[in-house]
Amino acid sequence: MSRSKKESVNRRDFLRGSAAGVAALAAAVTPVGAQDSGKSAAGTPPPMSKRAETGEPMAEVLTTDRPGADFMVDVIKSLGIEYVAANPGSSYRGLHESVINYGGNKNPEFITCCHEESAVGMAHGYSKIEGKPMGVFLHGTVGLQHASMAIYNAFCDRVPIYMTMGNMVDATLRRPGPEWDHSVQDAAELVRDFVKWDDLPASLPHYAESAVRAYKIAMTPPLEPVLLVVDSELQEKGAAENTDLRVPRLTLAKPPQGDTGSVAEAARLLVAAENPVIIADRAARTPAGVSLLIELAETLQAPVIDQGGRMNFPSRHPLNQSAQATSLIAGADVILGLEVGDFWGTVNSFREQLVRSSEPLVNPNAKLISITANDLYLKSNYQDFQRYTEVDLAMAADAEATLPSLIEAVKRGITGDRRGVFEQRGKEFAAARQNALEQARREATYAWDASPISTARMCAEIWGQIKGKDWSLVTETVPWISNWPLRLWSFDKHYQFIGGAGGHGIGYAAPAALGAALANRKHGRLTVAIQCDGDLMYAPGILWTSAHHRIPLLSIMHNNRGWHQELMHVQRMADRHNRGITRATIGTTITGPGIDYAKLAQSMGVYAEGPITNPNDLGPAIRRAIEVVEKGEPALVDVVTQPR
Amino acid sequence: MKKRRAYRSVLLTTVSAMALLVFCAEVGSQTAAANKKSETATGNVEKGKELYTSYGCYECHGRQAQGSRTSGPRLAPNPIPLSALTTYVREPRGQMPPYTSKVVSDADLADIYAFLKSIPQPPSVKDIPLLQ
Repeated sequence: MSRSKKESVNRRDFLRGSAAGVAALAAAVTPVGAQDSGKSAAGTPPPMSKRAETGEPMAEVLTTDRPGADFMVDVIKSLGIEYVAANPGSSYRGLHESVINYGGNKNPEFITCCHEESAVGMAHGYSKIEGKPMGVFLHGTVGLQHASMAIYNAFCDRVPIYMTMGNMVDATLRRPGPEWDHSVQDAAELVRDFVKWDDLPASLPHYAESAVRAYKIAMTPPLEPVLLVVDSELQEKGAAENTDLRVPRLTLAKPPQGDTGSVAEAARLLVAAENPVIIADRAARTPAGVSLLIELAETLQAPVIDQGGRMNFPSRHPLNQSAQATSLIAGADVILGLEVGDFWGTVNSFREQLVRSSEPLVNPNAKLISITANDLYLKSNYQDFQRYTEVDLAMAADAEATLPSLIEAVKRGITGDRRGVFEQRGKEFAAARQNALEQARREATYAWDASPISTARMCAEIWGQIKGKDWSLVTETVPWISNWPLRLWSFDKHYQFIGGAGGHGIGYAAPAALGAALANRKHGRLTVAIQCDGDLMYAPGILWTSAHHRIPLLSIMHNNRGWHQELMHVQRMADRHNRGITRATIGTTITGPGIDYAKLAQSMGVYAEGPITNPNDLGPAIRRAIEVVEKGEPALVDVVTQPR
Repeated sequence: MKKRRAYRSVLLTTVSAMALLVFCAEVGSQTAAANKKSETATGNVEKGKELYTSYGCYECHGRQAQGSRTSGPRLAPNPIPLSALTTYVREPRGQMPPYTSKVVSDADLADIYAFLKSIPQPPSVKDIPLLQ
């Protein structure tokens, strides 16, 4: 295709013309005396001025019907990305415009956020429900800076996020002023320590290849965020000169599986073990992971400790022995760790006093087996990889992808006598599981009628309203609410729990919950968030996004009026230093005034009730809020709660 | 600034709760003689409730001392003997931070103990439909 004259004027020409126009205006207001100074072109009017006077048509072309960003949208659509969350920023204005006009604002649809941290947080929650990345657009420099904490969370949580950032690369084309502030030599450097891959494509064909490559890399375990930096000129200039543009085909890489020999050895150890324990953290990437873990556990009649990085194992399954994790680990002769983020912390106890100390929790003869994709990928700067763990067998592989072969190997290795041992073991664990549930119910009775409302009462009230529905809890339960949901509720579907922030960066929960609710919307699920007050206050504008995009989400505020974890840390310091033990609330609480979260939500168009201090008022309030959510709108119930 | 929380602290609090439970049982059996004296100690319930809050006991153990799996064990109703409580508070073997006599006097502890003793029994599970 030949380049049309309409598209032949580039941005440089446009700016030159603008400068000339400005010069002409300046000339028009120049004092008469100055014209005599001899500094102006004597008697020769500027070109624009002459055109203006004569009505002569301009030679330059000011528009293009096919900007590069349109092609970028073609590529993004080919990847099946449903949404891009973003706060608007001029460095990606070309892409923004192409998404909403050329792309029809559908697949992807632009989700308006009030903060880049919220945008990435939404994508984080979305991905854990939907199993694929959501897009995020980021403004040059400042947008990425705002987003960085949320990116780190996703990195630590092994979650793919597909980020595109604008940047004006050519310094000679930048508008004076803000565009310089929003341009950067190496844009991705800021977050390179916690994204898996980044690129700065120099052309549209380069963009196409890198965009598809980025998706593939993000979706290959360990799953991680990726970042494409897209030159503003590349977005805005005409694409017609590129006659060979095509969208490359995407073929995802198969997740790495444990090698045959190691799988066989692991199976042999597990079958022979008297007290095997399976520990799962971020093991179930997909619903299939839950089914596979059930099959492995039932085949061995081995207990499972679900550390809650994902919904790995049904909470009321007889072999779910998470409640007695410490004693099981201490008594184990074989421990199988599946994508365990902190294996060392799992098999050791650590005491944090003035002198920190630790000691092994496990039997010294116990065999430790690890299957994790984390062994395939580490970076050195940020320390989320935790302490080095001495294991007996390490498979650098994706746990979920390895489970089928491990299950087969275990089945092949089971003899008749072992089967009998397994059956007896299973009966004992079934009884223990029932005891744990009864114990949890007894513990929930303490402070049952208290005000502030106990977290046990709050969780029991929520469960009472949702247990007959198709629900999805999308906020973490440890440590904020004493893990009550996983102790009292019945979880048996992958989407019913998505773990936590990953990097423990506060401000994750509110946007991630909304992203998860966005993913759940088309499935008709009731999405529930137990929302900590301190977390919401990082970027409460997410409430507006929920109302604006009509994303049905039930938020139950766990309003303990503070950043309570930090309160306990400061208290610990005050105790340790023998002073000021009554002042730990300074800087750690959200009081004086307490925040009225119902009014905050209402101000942004969200249905809300509260603050609720009487536990007897809670159930009816939740029921009313659910009615709103089931009509397709967000709702919030502010509950004034006990600390944990 | 974005806060990053130490993952370790989450685990520690859980371990702490379990360690304290174990230890309290141990202390209880070892200090029988001292217990006899402690059980006669008296304190002021109202003052104890006030101190329980101002000294931050509630932060880990809840405002009704109901405890939490992730921060600190239940303390009431039926608290362990005052002497055992005092021993542990002064020199905790688990994760609990130490409260020396410099910051919490024995009299204060007696008041706190009186508050703990005053906390009534909870309703039975069978009387709570939501827990069925």
